[in-house]
Amino acid sequence: MALNKEQIAQHIARELRDGYYVNLGIGIPTLVANYIPTGMNVVLQSENGLLGMGPFPLTGEEDPDLINAGKQTITTVPGSVFFDSAMSFGMIRAGRVDLTVLGAMEVSQQGDIANWKIPGKMVKGMGGAMDLVASAQNIVVAMMHTNPKGESKLLPACALPLTGKRCVKRVVSDLAVLDIRDDRFHLLERAPGVSVDYIRERTAGELVVPDEVPEIQF
Amino acid sequence: MNKVVADARTAISDVQDGAVLMLGGFGLCGIPENCIAALVEKQVTQLTCISNNAGVDDFGIGLLLKQHQVKKMISSYVGENAEFERQLLSGELEVDLIPQGTLATRCLAAGYGMPAIYTPAGVGTEVAMGKEVRNFNGKDYIMELAFEADFAIVKAWKGDTHGNLIFRATSRNFNPLMAMAGKITIAEVEELVPAGTLDPDAIHTPGIYVNRIFQGVNYEKRIEQRTTRTL
Repeated sequence: MALNKEQIAQHIARELRDGYYVNLGIGIPTLVANYIPTGMNVVLQSENGLLGMGPFPLTGEEDPDLINAGKQTITTVPGSVFFDSAMSFGMIRAGRVDLTVLGAMEVSQQGDIANWKIPGKMVKGMGGAMDLVASAQNIVVAMMHTNPKGESKLLPACALPLTGKRCVKRVVSDLAVLDIRDDRFHLLERAPGVSVDYIRERTAGELVVPDEVPEIQF
Repeated sequence: MNKVVADARTAISDVQDGAVLMLGGFGLCGIPENCIAALVEKQVTQLTCISNNAGVDDFGIGLLLKQHQVKKMISSYVGENAEFERQLLSGELEVDLIPQGTLATRCLAAGYGMPAIYTPAGVGTEVAMGKEVRNFNGKDYIMELAFEADFAIVKAWKGDTHGNLIFRATSRNFNPLMAMAGKITIAEVEELVPAGTLDPDAIHTPGIYVNRIFQGVNYEKRIEQRTTRTL
């Protein structure tokens, strides 16, 4: 069984460590916040100017001046701090954010990522993604392994305009966990009941498969 | 040192066709609602707008787009506005999409009197095309120029008659950066108080950067994505 979006987020939460400052992108990455282990101190950064993002507000307690990077109403947690957008990207650029999780349309075996533009079809913009991938040391991509047509999104080279080059170190998809190094995808874990061959058929980029590929355990 | 003007209409009265404007806000959070309404009423056209987003179809900069007052947008993300996408794909509107941190730091550079910055954002992508790339300590950086804007139009929570500004929560975003970066800076505030009332330690933007300030009215503060949890 392929992982659903919640399970992808749940699995990525295992990358969290006590004391981490973490930036979660829009979409599946946002769900990672629901799986921070109890007792672990993790501070969420929202690049529109907040460290210490809390859960969504209760109905009636929404504050129009308090939103996340996805423009959703949010809350703060004790110890939070607000700042302007230059300082926000300053702390990102300076490497102070320990973990960045973001989505992707395509990832290449070199670690290139594309997630901001489909020429002639969709022009939404890169937001903060280019800044994040250019500076973060620890980038995990949360994505579906294939597009709705069943074509691989893990490629020898990205076809879409790039967001960043040689920056992605790890991909968690609905089918597998893969590391990117030496210009190749390395299969680490597979979704429960998903065979190595099934993953191989849906990975267009070069895939290194060790003798043993454990199933993801929940 | 009194920077106070009567209202939005007075504050933007000398914005001419073809002007380059910076408009504060992130999404619809912290946008200068009063000045946008006055620009719509004034019907100035051929504007270049530097703003992180382009509003939604019926609010924020979307109101200027609907009346075809905008020639060019310089933004990082414009995904919330269908009319924007339509004008862009049909070629009516020019757009320069740039990384959000680059947008913020180009404002910062202008306010700090620096002509340019170096950033790694966009290295190896189409954002880098035609720009100087320089290597520092083994890593490539793109040179990006400080913005030059005729007017910076920002929204603050509180301000005083000297133009000192305080922002609230995440409505701060680009506002203090743009406030430093315009040739003429206009601030609209939810609460205008006499100079000397605000705690000097709490002020985010010193009034030296602000040319005009006024008490805003009828703030709608629309929420773009109302999300809540249940107990």
